[in-house]
Amino acid sequence: MKCGIVVFPGSNCDHDCYHILKKILNQETHWLWHKDEVDLSSFDLIVLPGGFSYGDYLRAGAISRFSPVMNSVIHLAENGGNVLGICNGFQILLESGLLPGALMQNHTRKFICKNVYVRVETTDTPFTQKCNDKLVLEIPIAHHQGSYYIDPHSLSDLEEKGQILFRYCDAKGSISESSNPNGSVGAVAGLCNEQKNVMGMMPHPERCADPLWANTDGQSIFQSLISQS
Amino acid sequence: MLAQIHVTFKEGVLDPQGKTVHHALNDLGYDEVLDVHIGKYLEVKLDSVSEEEAEIRVREMCERLLANTVIESFRFKLVSTE
Repeated sequence: MKCGIVVFPGSNCDHDCYHILKKILNQETHWLWHKDEVDLSSFDLIVLPGGFSYGDYLRAGAISRFSPVMNSVIHLAENGGNVLGICNGFQILLESGLLPGALMQNHTRKFICKNVYVRVETTDTPFTQKCNDKLVLEIPIAHHQGSYYIDPHSLSDLEEKGQILFRYCDAKGSISESSNPNGSVGAVAGLCNEQKNVMGMMPHPERCADPLWANTDGQSIFQSLISQS
Repeated sequence: MLAQIHVTFKEGVLDPQGKTVHHALNDLGYDEVLDVHIGKYLEVKLDSVSEEEAEIRVREMCERLLANTVIESFRFKLVSTE
């Protein structure tokens, strides 16, 4: 699988993603600088990593979506290429209109950095097809603006079309107010577009995918993508 | 010309900061406070545009960048600086 990792000014999870894809999973991985508008048609996966691109000024992701590289990413996405946005990358995908809805400040008004559980809601996507054996994943979150919002009508539309991939839950997979760390509507932790080739999620799978650590739940997302390519 | 722009959350979108400040004001004894909304205020200085042009272009700026219209609404006033 040929992977590209976009580097914005302020990205800080780019090296983690590179480490997992290149060193742990042995995939061909390239850096993509935000100022370069390039042909991405040879890539199987583009990752928009976490961080604080452009210092989160105005709104998280609001400035980065106008970076030249985003024209290439949008072009690739519209032609069926796989795009994964993690945390700040998810915020950029929403701002760019590749995914519906918006991310707001956590309802606790605090930055939250901890391990959470998410339930896999569908395995019928390139990002989750290898999650069959484990429906509850433990993945860390680290964000201040991670409360997903979309109007109720559009939320049920997402549910009907199977676009919700992950919901916050407890260790057993039950969903309640106490297992929803940031106040996201429908406890949504990750979703994809209707064509299922663009996915955004707040939890960081790249932070739990190296076998040196006890938890490797994040690998199932990358393994899903590898098995497809 | 100066564009004075206010960006606030849309009706129905939870504003946790506003809610907290609302409760704080009530705790201080300002019982008349019914609701608080926190938003952003931006001043954008414009050069050599007519008011009609400015009206169109500032609206476009708000829709494209300054507000996320999924969750925010905006309003603005154009003030002459001459």
